[in-house]
Amino acid sequence: MAKKVALLQGNEACAHGALYAGCRFFGGYPITPSTEVAEVMAVELPKIGGTFIQMEDEIGAMASILGAALTGAKAFTATSGPGMSLKQELIGYACMAEIPCVIVNVMRGGPSTGMPTGPSQSDVMQARWGTHGDHPAIALAPSSCQEIFSETVRAFNLAETYRMPVQILLDEINGHMRERIEIPEPGDLEVLNRQLPTVAPEDYKPFDDTQGDVPPLAAFGSDYRYHVTGLNKAADGFPTSKPELVDAEKRRQLRKIEANQAHIEKNEEYRVEDAEVILVAYGTISRSARAAVDHLRNDGIKAGLFRPITLWPFPEKRMARLAEQARAIVVPEMNLGQLILEIERATRRVCPVEGIGRVDGELITPAEIVAKVKEVL
Amino acid sequence: MAFDYEQYLRPGKLPHIWCPGCGHGIVMKGLLRAIDRCGLQKNNTAIVSGTGCASRLPGYVDFNTLHTAHGRAAAFATGIKMAKPEMDVLVVGGDGDGIAIGGNHFIHACRRNIDMTYVLMNNYIYGMTGGQFSPCTPTGDRTSTTPYGNPDPIFDVAKLAIGAGATFVARTTAFHATQIDKLITAGLRHKGMAVIEVLDDCPTAFGRHNKFRSVVEMMKRLKDIAVPTQAASQMSPDQLRGKILTGILHQEEKPEYCEQYQQVIARAQAAAKF
Amino acid sequence: MNNPKVEVIEDYCKGCSICVEFCPTDVFEMVGFVARVVRPEACTRCMLCELRCPDFAVKVY
Repeated sequence: MAKKVALLQGNEACAHGALYAGCRFFGGYPITPSTEVAEVMAVELPKIGGTFIQMEDEIGAMASILGAALTGAKAFTATSGPGMSLKQELIGYACMAEIPCVIVNVMRGGPSTGMPTGPSQSDVMQARWGTHGDHPAIALAPSSCQEIFSETVRAFNLAETYRMPVQILLDEINGHMRERIEIPEPGDLEVLNRQLPTVAPEDYKPFDDTQGDVPPLAAFGSDYRYHVTGLNKAADGFPTSKPELVDAEKRRQLRKIEANQAHIEKNEEYRVEDAEVILVAYGTISRSARAAVDHLRNDGIKAGLFRPITLWPFPEKRMARLAEQARAIVVPEMNLGQLILEIERATRRVCPVEGIGRVDGELITPAEIVAKVKEVL
Repeated sequence: MAFDYEQYLRPGKLPHIWCPGCGHGIVMKGLLRAIDRCGLQKNNTAIVSGTGCASRLPGYVDFNTLHTAHGRAAAFATGIKMAKPEMDVLVVGGDGDGIAIGGNHFIHACRRNIDMTYVLMNNYIYGMTGGQFSPCTPTGDRTSTTPYGNPDPIFDVAKLAIGAGATFVARTTAFHATQIDKLITAGLRHKGMAVIEVLDDCPTAFGRHNKFRSVVEMMKRLKDIAVPTQAASQMSPDQLRGKILTGILHQEEKPEYCEQYQQVIARAQAAAKF
Repeated sequence: MNNPKVEVIEDYCKGCSICVEFCPTDVFEMVGFVARVVRPEACTRCMLCELRCPDFAVKVY
């Protein structure tokens, strides 16, 4: 049978990916350049009996999806730039209370109102460190519209598997770019659901880690009743300030990610086997970088592309290995140096690491990357 | 007969954290009597709060309870109710939480007329942070951040709720214990957004800055300033000066938000058939 | 109907004295930092002490 194909914008592909993953609740607030995600959800969710609500502000939108997620729904919101800053308060809450949800951030120039219609990749560090306190983070940065669809499905799977918020980083370019995509049939892509408790309701503890680092999460309105708080808490969900319990909780939350990095990590490598220059790029700019690799190869320079699709947790081991074979690493990104900091850390600068940053709302072209590589070598 | 509160309390949580004489405990008891009277089922009930002294209430009661970030309770509760409309959803919290940092969520929950019951314990102050003024602190009163008297005018919580679209709005005080459960009961039975403001006392943070010598003095003041709406209609403006009206202040029937959204679903599904 | 039984759970009582002050028949007195039932025979079972006790400390049977 012929595959179902559609010409979809990245934002639309993201919304359809969410629906494919089983999302049944969207709480949103309009903000450029993410709004098409909300618009598709407003059209599609009621058709399948799901809920779309436009909330009074960004924080309210984030709150609504956390409330919905606690009833067992797969819940989703979309935002950008300053909206993402506002959501940080409750992203921290979701980390602390371990509530699965997915947030797509269609990045735009900033800080503040910045360039609402201009692309940017300047929320890479915000995705990792935007909310206060020590906490785990997962952020995915797909490139093409097809990949936006499948990575959105994976974002929901990761949120459900690790009981935490997962961010998808798009930008104004791939959010609004239209491409032909094949819509997967049900069953083509894996769809995972959170682990539900199997113990008797009276024995249920929402943060009981005796069976693993990700405790099962019961739904409000089921046979299980429990307490949820943003305070540090013991296994039973009630607040505690006992140092040993607070420490154990925080370390377990980080361990969910660290111990499962191999499962969460996802990278693409292009012509790196013999590469002497490694380009590291993600999202939209990885497309320019891929073209640059071919140009450089045509010019006799052994270039390759390392493209992290999972930005957080950062694939530091693989990055370190690639650095060992490289004469130089070049990092084009639409900011003034964010992921490059993590690359420098991971590689311990065993070779020169050079960035190409743009913050003027224009893409970084293959020609710019080629020129920079030739300058570095 | 003594009401059996234990059936709704989580074991081993008493004594609670509230200060001696704080009215939040009185409100919690009234809330539990109202829940009992309305026959709400524990598994099917969610009680949501923000942050602050009053927002600690959910930790003590045996329901699905959600203690959220400062001010966000109404928005979390909206998510729960919209995702599972068959659940009974209550919000509890204080004046700073609900009317200052959570003011936007509060007025929009009222505007939507979503079917939930919001019990707002108004003790005129931020208690947990040690007694700073809130939007409900009377003008001229002293707090740790209005040491020379509060220059701010107040928000009238009930008027705000009515103006924003809540279809059931009532008020009482922590002194009027039986009225607390009667009004919350009426709010729970009302279809739509019900706001019950309970004027409360904070002896520790408000009392100490404003020369209330004791809990009893604060309770007496709540007794003295309350005027039932029926009695108020017979009173002159002079007699009503410094008083607050208690009882059901507003009730009307308007489309409820979850039901409205069910119609959206019906229209979307009908359109999808063509 | 049996005579009322009034009880103060001392572990819960924080000594706010609301019951002492507002009992219409003066059943309670403060003893140290807690309320104590001193005139149980005066109780009319109006229940106001129990309703107004913020600390779940007063019980009337």
